[in-house]
Amino acid sequence: MSVGKEIRTQIKSVRNTQKITSAMEMVAASKMRRTQDKMNEGKPYSVKVREVIDHLSGACPEYRHVYMEERPVNRVGYLVVSTDKGLCGGLNVNLFRLLVGDMKKWHDRKVEIDLAVIGKKAQSFFRAFGGNVVTSVTDIGEHPVMEDLIGSTKVMFDAFGDGQLDAIFLATNDFVNTMTQRPVLRKLLPLSVADSPDGAEQGQSRWDYIYEPDARDLINGLVQRYIESQVYQAAVENVACEQAAKMVAMKSATENAGKLIDDLQLVYNNVRQAAITQEISEIMGGAAAV
Amino acid sequence: MANKTFRCDIVSAKEEIFSGQVEMVVVSGTLGELGILPNHTPLLTGINPGPVRLRLSGGESEPVEEVFYASGGFLEVQPTHVTILADTALRAENLDEAAAQEARAKAERALEERADDFQFSMAATQLAEAAAQLRALEKFRSHTSRR
Repeated sequence: MSVGKEIRTQIKSVRNTQKITSAMEMVAASKMRRTQDKMNEGKPYSVKVREVIDHLSGACPEYRHVYMEERPVNRVGYLVVSTDKGLCGGLNVNLFRLLVGDMKKWHDRKVEIDLAVIGKKAQSFFRAFGGNVVTSVTDIGEHPVMEDLIGSTKVMFDAFGDGQLDAIFLATNDFVNTMTQRPVLRKLLPLSVADSPDGAEQGQSRWDYIYEPDARDLINGLVQRYIESQVYQAAVENVACEQAAKMVAMKSATENAGKLIDDLQLVYNNVRQAAITQEISEIMGGAAAV
Repeated sequence: MANKTFRCDIVSAKEEIFSGQVEMVVVSGTLGELGILPNHTPLLTGINPGPVRLRLSGGESEPVEEVFYASGGFLEVQPTHVTILADTALRAENLDEAAAQEARAKAERALEERADDFQFSMAATQLAEAAAQLRALEKFRSHTSRR
């Protein structure tokens, strides 16, 4: 009986897709645990370095690092952290939307924009969208290595040091929980007091550290650590976001496939029943005619 | 004195090692041993590989000490807060004495051979680290046996 053959083929293909998506969901779930652990490991350090840097920029250091210089903004740099693979819901799209909105603001003020991208998705997005991509790193995998990231992002920070860039922003995703990932833009350079949480006590902040042995070396070292840990943490966090988003996306894909199969099954049953009824009535009609 | 204790955080690139109220911190800074008590003036310094000793608060009758090992990093002191940003840090009891001794022996041998400058400085750092680990272990032992 060849009734509803197309529908049956369609059901089968949807069912195959469903199998794939549910397998991907499980893979993402198991990877998510590991990537999340990794994210949590690095978090205390990056938070503490940030605190120290905040204190430092709140103080009046005898030596001002070039990264602390506030300059009129003529050219900004964005460090965009995205994923290498797709199928992770709106993770990248939301980030790019936020980013493009912000880029437009600079563009309207005739400020040039440079981009450093991490991840294939951002690379291909800016190839299509247009934008001056200075460096890109791809295939960082699930366990990003500090060296890979630092090597190519260094270009941006060097450009800031040389005065070619006047501000550097980091565009990445914050891991809120498994269901929620929030795209954020953070200012990396110049290091400023403005975004420090305890900026209220600025009026009385005529204090400075005692430096041992030498302010210059210490601050250089610290700033370097700070940048490295921020970039690394962003990459690690984004990987955790990717897996979480992928898990959620694949879960809903699996559910949708289930719904689709149910609907198709219903249609198929209807068609089959109609065919049977028709056949019976044809036979009955034939018998009556004889 | 208003405050007898202050907050101390030790973090390494890998994890948070310690966070809590302490009465005193002893670290080996780049310019020598530092003992930090509450209300210390703000200070920023690098630290050498070596033991980090904390005297914990709460020990009314007998001060409780904890020993950590840090392989270098930074120390930030605020009047009510001390942060140690270590490159790697360990609890002293987790140090592997045999491995440290072996590393020291190996580094010493490398120093004697002195192939070229690069290797020399590598070996020197390794030696310093191994020696510092052993020192941390010693500190840890001496005050556990005292108890």
